Amino acid sequence: MSARVVFQQADIARALTRISHEILESNRGADDLVLLGIPTRGVVLADRIAAIISDISGTPMEAGSLDVTMYRDDLAKHPTRTPSPTRIPASGIDGKTVILVDDVLYSGRTIRAALDAIGDIGRPRAVRLAALIDRGHRELPIRPDFVGKNLPSAQTERINVHLSEIDGADLVSIDSAAR
Amino acid sequence: MTNTYLISGAALPDGTRTDIVLKDGLIAELGTGLSAAGAQRIDADGLVALPGLVDLHTHLREPGYEQSETVLTGTQAAAAGGFTAVFAMANTSPVADTAGVVEQELSLGEQAGYATVQPIGAVTVGLAGEQLAELGAMASSRARVRVFSDDGACVWDPVLMRRALEYVKSFDGVIAQHAQEPRLTVGAQMNEGAVSGELGLTGWPAVAEESIIARDVLLAEHVGSSLHICHVSTAGSVDVLRWAKARGIRVTAEVTPHHLLLDEELVRSFDARYKVNPPLRRPEDVLALREALADGTIDIVATDHAPHPVESKDCEWDAAANGMVGLESALSVVHASVVESGQLDWTDIARVLSSEPARIGRITSHGQGIVAGAPGQVTLYDPSASREFGTADLTGKGVNSPFFGRTLPGRVIATFHNGFATVLDGELRPTEDVARFAAEQRMGARV
Amino acid sequence: MRHLLSTRDLDLDTAIRLLDVAEDMADTQQREVKKLPTLRGKTVVNLFFEDSTRTRISFEAAAKRLSADVINFSAKGSSVSKGESLKDTAQTLQAMGADAVVIRHPASGAPQTLATSGWIDAGILNAGDGTHEHPTQALLDAFTIRKRVHGAGSRGKSLDGLAVTIVGDILHSRVARSNVWLLTTLGATVTLVAPPTLVPVDTRNWPVTIGYDLDDALASGPDVVMMLRIQGERMRDAFFPNSREYSRRWGLDDGRLHRLEPTTIVMHPGPMNRGLEISAAAADSPMSTVREQVTNGVSVRMAALYLLLSGDREN
Repeated sequence: MSARVVFQQADIARALTRISHEILESNRGADDLVLLGIPTRGVVLADRIAAIISDISGTPMEAGSLDVTMYRDDLAKHPTRTPSPTRIPASGIDGKTVILVDDVLYSGRTIRAALDAIGDIGRPRAVRLAALIDRGHRELPIRPDFVGKNLPSAQTERINVHLSEIDGADLVSIDSAAR
Repeated sequence: MTNTYLISGAALPDGTRTDIVLKDGLIAELGTGLSAAGAQRIDADGLVALPGLVDLHTHLREPGYEQSETVLTGTQAAAAGGFTAVFAMANTSPVADTAGVVEQELSLGEQAGYATVQPIGAVTVGLAGEQLAELGAMASSRARVRVFSDDGACVWDPVLMRRALEYVKSFDGVIAQHAQEPRLTVGAQMNEGAVSGELGLTGWPAVAEESIIARDVLLAEHVGSSLHICHVSTAGSVDVLRWAKARGIRVTAEVTPHHLLLDEELVRSFDARYKVNPPLRRPEDVLALREALADGTIDIVATDHAPHPVESKDCEWDAAANGMVGLESALSVVHASVVESGQLDWTDIARVLSSEPARIGRITSHGQGIVAGAPGQVTLYDPSASREFGTADLTGKGVNSPFFGRTLPGRVIATFHNGFATVLDGELRPTEDVARFAAEQRMGARV
Repeated sequence: MRHLLSTRDLDLDTAIRLLDVAEDMADTQQREVKKLPTLRGKTVVNLFFEDSTRTRISFEAAAKRLSADVINFSAKGSSVSKGESLKDTAQTLQAMGADAVVIRHPASGAPQTLATSGWIDAGILNAGDGTHEHPTQALLDAFTIRKRVHGAGSRGKSLDGLAVTIVGDILHSRVARSNVWLLTTLGATVTLVAPPTLVPVDTRNWPVTIGYDLDDALASGPDVVMMLRIQGERMRDAFFPNSREYSRRWGLDDGRLHRLEPTTIVMHPGPMNRGLEISAAAADSPMSTVREQVTNGVSVRMAALYLLLSGDREN
C-alpha cells in the first residue's frame, strides 16, 4: 500500500476559509445559519468553519453535530457502528439554513441518511452541503454546494482525511490499496 | 460356522500371556502354543483378555418404552461395550413387579443372545413406594430374581425399606437403593452448589443422597440384611459407606463411569446430554469417587445406561429427561478416569466390572474369571487404541451420550457370550447369527 | 453482538457501549418524531412462554421505534401449550424469517439452548429465563443509576465507587443475578440482603457481600437500595413464616425510608407489592426511580436490538 499526500495543512486551511466565505456570501450573512457536522471528522470541520465565520462576521457562532448511524441503509453490510451523539444548537433548526459538513463526499448515502435525520428533528428553510473532499462515484442524485477540493479517484483507492484535533496533524492522502 | 475359537497371545488381567480356547460354551483350555481342530483363530497380540463384563444397572426400556431401547438393542450396546451380562432395571411399563414381567424380560434376553439379561424386580408395586411387590414370586420365578430396586425412585418410607430388607433374607436377596430424599429434591435440576446458584437451576443437594444412605446402612445393620447403593455420587456418601463397612455392615455400592469422569461445570452449557440423576457433582466429588473405587469402599462400576429418544434431550434443560447411555463407552471411560491415573490395574477392572457385580447380583454364569472350565464369557480389549467418541460408536437406540467429541482410550475388539462371539474385529455380529446360536444352545441345554 | 443471553459474559467495554448507545436512543426519544428507520425490514419476534405484559410491551415499543416489524408470540393458548417443543417453535420462527427473537421462558438456560442449538439463525435476546438472568433489566437499572449520578455527562462513565444494596428473594431472582454480574463489572460494590433461606447455599463465586440484616445494611449508607419483588406463595415452602414478618424484617417501610440519606436511589424492577417489600411512601418518593426505570427500559432495549441486528451478522 502506498500513500500519496494530496493536501497539506495550508491547503486545508485555505479551503475552509474559502468555504466559509462562500457560505456567508450565499446566505447573505451569518443570520439563521446552523452548521451541523457529521461525525466524526465532519464535526471538527464544522467547528473550524464556525470559528472562521465568527471571526469574519463578528458574531459568535456555534456548530452542532448530526449522527446519521440510525438512518443508514447499510447497517448489515459493515461491522456494527456505534452511534455518536447528536447536538443541535439551542435555537433549533426550524426555519434556519442548515449547512451539513462532512469530510469526504462519496456515494451520497451518508448525506441521504443525514437528510432523513434532519427531517425527524425539524423543518429547516434550506439544507446545504459542504464537503472538504469530493471524490466522485455518486450513487444518489446529491451534489455539494461548497467543496474544498475535487479529487477524482478510483474506487479501489482510499481517501484519508487527517485532522489535528483527532489525528495529530492536518493532511489528506490517497492509499492505492493493493487488493 | 464354527463355535470353537482359539484366541492366541492375549494378556490376562495380571499380565500373563496365554492362548485361550473357547469350546461348547466354555473356556476349554488356557496355555501357550495351543491348537484346536476347526477353531476360528483370533490373534490377540497386544490385547487384554478380560472376563466378560457385568453391568448391575442397565435400563433396557422393554417392555413399554421400545422407542428408547429394546432388549435386543440394549444387549447389542452391551456387547459392543464388552458386557456379557446386564441387570435390567424394573422401571419398565408395566413395571417389573411380578413374575410375569421378569420372565418376559428373561426370555427376550435369551432370544436375542447378545448378553445374559438378569431382571431386577421392583421393591414396591408400580414403584409407587406404598406396598411391597411380590418379591418371593419373582425370586422363585424362572428369572430367579435376587436384586430388587425401585431405581428412578427412592424407597423413601423407612418402614417399607426396613421390611424389604428383612423380607429378602429368606432367599438371600439384596435391596438396591436409589438414594434420593424426595422432599429435598423437589424440582431438582442439577447438583446444589456454586454452579446451581449461578445458573439459577434448582439444586439437588448432596445431603439428599447421604442422609438416605446413612439411614439405610443403619437399617441394614439393624435387621442383618444386605443393602446395595446405586450410583453413589458424592464425597459425603463415600464417608458414610467407609464408616458402615468398617462397622461390618453388609453394604455394597456402585459408581457410574460418568460420575468418575464428568463434573457439574459441564452444566454451564445447558446441554441436556449432561442432565442425569443423580446429577454430575463437583470435581472434588469425582476425585473422592475414584479413590473410593480404588480402595474398595465403592465395590463396582455400573453404567446406569439410560437411553432416551432424541426429543427428550433436544429441548430446554428443565424439560429434558435425566439419563445417559453408557454401555458402549463404559470401559473406555473407566480406563480414562482410573486406569490411566494408575489407581486401578486390569485385575481391579476385572473385579469391579465382572466378578464383584456378578457376586452382588448372585449370578454364577458370569464373573468366574478366565479359568479353564468357566462359562465362556470373555472380552478382548485393545488398551493402546484411542478414538474420538462419536455416534458411530453407539449401537443401542439412544444417542444421549455425554462423551461425544471426547478422545477416549481403548477399544473393545471382541466379546464372547456363552462361548460365542457377539463382537468380532470391533464389529457387532449379525442379529440372526447371534439369535441362531442362542437358540441352538438352549436346545442343546434341554437335550 | 450475536446474542444477548446474560450479563455474566458482558465485559466492561461492551457494557458501557450498550449503555452509551442507550443514551443516544434516549436522546431520540425526547424528539417529536420518536421513530427511527434503523431496523426497517427486520422482523423481531417476542416469544413469551411466561406472562409478562410489562416486559413485552417495553420490547415491543423498542422494536417499533426502530421501525422493525414485531410479531408477538405468546405461548399461552398457542400450539406451545398443546405440547409443541421449543425446537419446533424455533424452527417455525426460522421459517418465517425472524431476524431476532426476544425470549421469555420459565426454564433457566432456554435462551442459551435456542442460541446454540442450530434450530434458528436469529439473534437471541434473553428477556428473562427461569431464575437465571434478565440482562436488559440489569442494563436498564445500571443506566438509571448512571443517569441519576452523572446526569447529562453519563456517556463513557462506569459505576465506580458506588455501593448498591439488593434486598429480597435472591435465590429465585434473575434480576438479582443479572445485576450482581453487571453492576460489579461496572465497578459498583454490591451487597445482598435476604433471609438466609432465600440465598443460594454456595455463593463463593459471587463478587458480593451477603447479609441478613436490612437495618445494618442501610446504616452503612448505600448509594442505591434495590428492592426485589417477593412472591407471597414462597411462605408455603417455608422460606419465611408469613408476609408480615417478611415485611417487618426485609421490607423498605417508612421508618427505614426516613433513615436513608435523601440522595439515596430507591429502585424496584416492578411489579411492586406495595406494603410488602416496599411501602407506598418509598415507592412514590422522589428517591424512587421506579418510573424512570420503565422509561429507560425502552431506550436500553432499543440499544440491545440495534446492536444485535446491525453489523455483519455472518461475522
